[in-house]
Amino acid sequence: MSSIASAGTHGLEHHAEHGHHHESFWTKYVFSQDHKMIAKQFLITGIIMAVFALILSILFRLQLAWPDKEFPILEVLLGSKWAEGGRINPEFFLALVTIHGTIMVFFVLTAGLSGTFSNLLIPYQLGARDMASPFMNMLSYWFFLGACVVMVSSFFVESGPASAGWTVYPPLSAVPKAISGSGLGMTLWLVSMVMFIISQVLGGTNYISTILNLRTKGMDLWKMPLTIWAFFLTAIVGLLSFPVLVSAVVLLFFDRSVGTSFYLSDLVIQGQILPNEGGSPILFQHLFWFLGHPEVYIVLMPALGLTSEIISTNSRKPIFGYHAMVYSLVGITVLSFIVWGHHMFVTGMNPFLGGVFMITTLIIAVPSAVKSFNYLATLWRGNIRFTPAMMFAIGMVSFFISGGLTGLYVGNSAIDIHVHDTYFVVAHFHLVMGSASIFGMLAGVYHWYPKMFGRMMDEKLGYLHFWLTFVAAYFVFFPMHFMGIDGVPRRYYAFTEFPFMEKWMSVNVFITWSAIVAGVAQIAFLWNFFSSIRFGKVAPQNPWGANTLEWTTPVKHIHGNWPGEIPTVYRWPYDYSKPGHHEDFIPQNVPFSETMSSNLPHDFEGNPEAERIQREWELANSPQAEKETE
Amino acid sequence: MIAMAQYTQNKEELAQQKAKKFNLWLGMIGMFMMFAALSSGFIVYTAGGADRGIKTILPDAFIYSTILIVVSSITMQLAYVAAKKTQFSQQKLLLLATVLLGIGFFIVQVYAWSILTSRGVVFVNTNASQSFIYIFTGMHLAHILAGIIVLVRALVGRVQGISQVNNVFRMDLATLFWHFLGFLWIYIYVFLLLNQ
Repeated sequence: MSSIASAGTHGLEHHAEHGHHHESFWTKYVFSQDHKMIAKQFLITGIIMAVFALILSILFRLQLAWPDKEFPILEVLLGSKWAEGGRINPEFFLALVTIHGTIMVFFVLTAGLSGTFSNLLIPYQLGARDMASPFMNMLSYWFFLGACVVMVSSFFVESGPASAGWTVYPPLSAVPKAISGSGLGMTLWLVSMVMFIISQVLGGTNYISTILNLRTKGMDLWKMPLTIWAFFLTAIVGLLSFPVLVSAVVLLFFDRSVGTSFYLSDLVIQGQILPNEGGSPILFQHLFWFLGHPEVYIVLMPALGLTSEIISTNSRKPIFGYHAMVYSLVGITVLSFIVWGHHMFVTGMNPFLGGVFMITTLIIAVPSAVKSFNYLATLWRGNIRFTPAMMFAIGMVSFFISGGLTGLYVGNSAIDIHVHDTYFVVAHFHLVMGSASIFGMLAGVYHWYPKMFGRMMDEKLGYLHFWLTFVAAYFVFFPMHFMGIDGVPRRYYAFTEFPFMEKWMSVNVFITWSAIVAGVAQIAFLWNFFSSIRFGKVAPQNPWGANTLEWTTPVKHIHGNWPGEIPTVYRWPYDYSKPGHHEDFIPQNVPFSETMSSNLPHDFEGNPEAERIQREWELANSPQAEKETE
Repeated sequence: MIAMAQYTQNKEELAQQKAKKFNLWLGMIGMFMMFAALSSGFIVYTAGGADRGIKTILPDAFIYSTILIVVSSITMQLAYVAAKKTQFSQQKLLLLATVLLGIGFFIVQVYAWSILTSRGVVFVNTNASQSFIYIFTGMHLAHILAGIIVLVRALVGRVQGISQVNNVFRMDLATLFWHFLGFLWIYIYVFLLLNQ
């Protein structure tokens, strides 16, 4: 007994020593191998990239709303090549939409979201000292940063950034003569993407391996928080799909620079016949969407996981249908690999094959609906606390539903063939994957900010940020449905050339103003985020009364996360408002022996010894027993 | 007391090593997915027309390179066994042999390219099935380069005299990765043979 106790104190000393590692500025803030610091690096880089992408979107929205107007300031900012006379150049417009999409999908919602929260929460919530390989984790961040720098640098080359859309379909992307953005800018895009994929694979293998190997004692898979389940399945999807994009990109690279014909055939440019023969551009689409579709679930699933945790904590209720939540994530994971053809209904695909892809696509509605209903059922009659994080989590559910519903329409080939490449699709994916994931990410930032920086964010600014962004996002994307149904194509530079589109000009002005409001609203967030690092209220250890293990660590970050031994886990993470307990939450590391008054028969998972002890305690403490002793 | 704390710490370190090895397994799955994507791309492309396909007999050089990489897998395994038995001079010798065989494999693959090119089966080709041969072998060679770096790192570690635990661990990972590269080559070779 005494030896155990003293071993405990020794462990404490040992890790206290760990805490005072010799860390220079460089090893602590720059080349850090600590998962908490890497998470912050990912988050802040992601925020910077998000602001960059947001500015790009405002620029192209200006063009769409006022195609005939001159904004002399643009010429000052962008130079006379891209904004001659204060009007955005058509090729630069395409570059803007391309890079906006690329940055948002890959750099913000993949790396910024998974990179931040997987790094932060996997070791914390599982009870691990760090990731499986902290060194690989560091590399993962530095490859990501390199990818960001290369992508942004493409704005500074003479021929401009990649302009063939974020999907970079050949032949447009493969032939440098086709469009100026397919020159050096496209090469930089490809280099950046390969670096990005290396970063994702390094990170993803670490996430999976940590989850499977480094859980603390008692943390079996069915006691893991839903956040961890989401990160786990996201990482699996990424590991299986990202390498496929490498293959697609390598072939595209050789088509561009060496002259092979994987994707190119029968091309005539400016009267000249290109030598490339026999290639198949559809092959690229297959390879691209084999990553591209799983990618949208890579973007969405972490947001779903974060939302589950935040909604349960702030409803003070167990998550409704924990197992169903996990199985629906597994279902989405599996299905995500067999639906990519629904992006290609108009490529001359065999209608029978299209039907198969249509059915698999529509089946995804089942797990998605399970998740939506479970969120709503968790909220139902909960003791809801509307923290800013909770507001964003509920907003996430709202976007997930309203954007998901149109998924049923575009998943049907009969409808998709008509609305393909129109604003209807733009509206659909900006709601279900763009807004929903951003809101999940922001919910996560507000909720785990105290854990990351040891301080609280300002609530009032949080509410302001939420309401402005929420309303403005709906104002931006909802009208696009109607434009799409009317056949307005996406990626068009100006609506003035086509009489049938002219009636949408006023709607475009409305959308652009909404987008500007949404953009300005982010200043409330940025100010709140960066000033609270220094000046926020100091956070208590467990500000939200949450059950998961990260809130048992000290507020001040230490190397190895816990001083002394890692806590053991005894229960699932959703014991909120358990009847019979004096508090409305019971952390995962509290053993059942300390909560005799609230234990339920199924808590013991059929352990006869524990059931016997509980029965004896209940007999001894029942009202009759008390009477007898009196 | 101290022994006990030491024990927990060792246990944590062991778990960490196991997790790192698991990382390698996952990484190999990722790498394999890349080649699986190329394979399916090849199949889809080749099925698209009668004028497509490899349409040549693969050079015998590929047989020799296969022999080299299989032998190098054997020497690698023996080096690993030697490392575990603390027979360090033998470990160094066998590792060096593996590195040399790896470089030999690299050279023979490039030689095979020159044979293909001399037959007119060039990389820049309107029949992309033939270009795919270069893509498959070239991407594999890129991995072989990485593998050789891993081997050299294990060798340098041994020469510098890192602790036996780390030595065996490095050797363990290097052996696993090298076997994987051999397996990957055999997969590619069989795949190409079946389609020639």
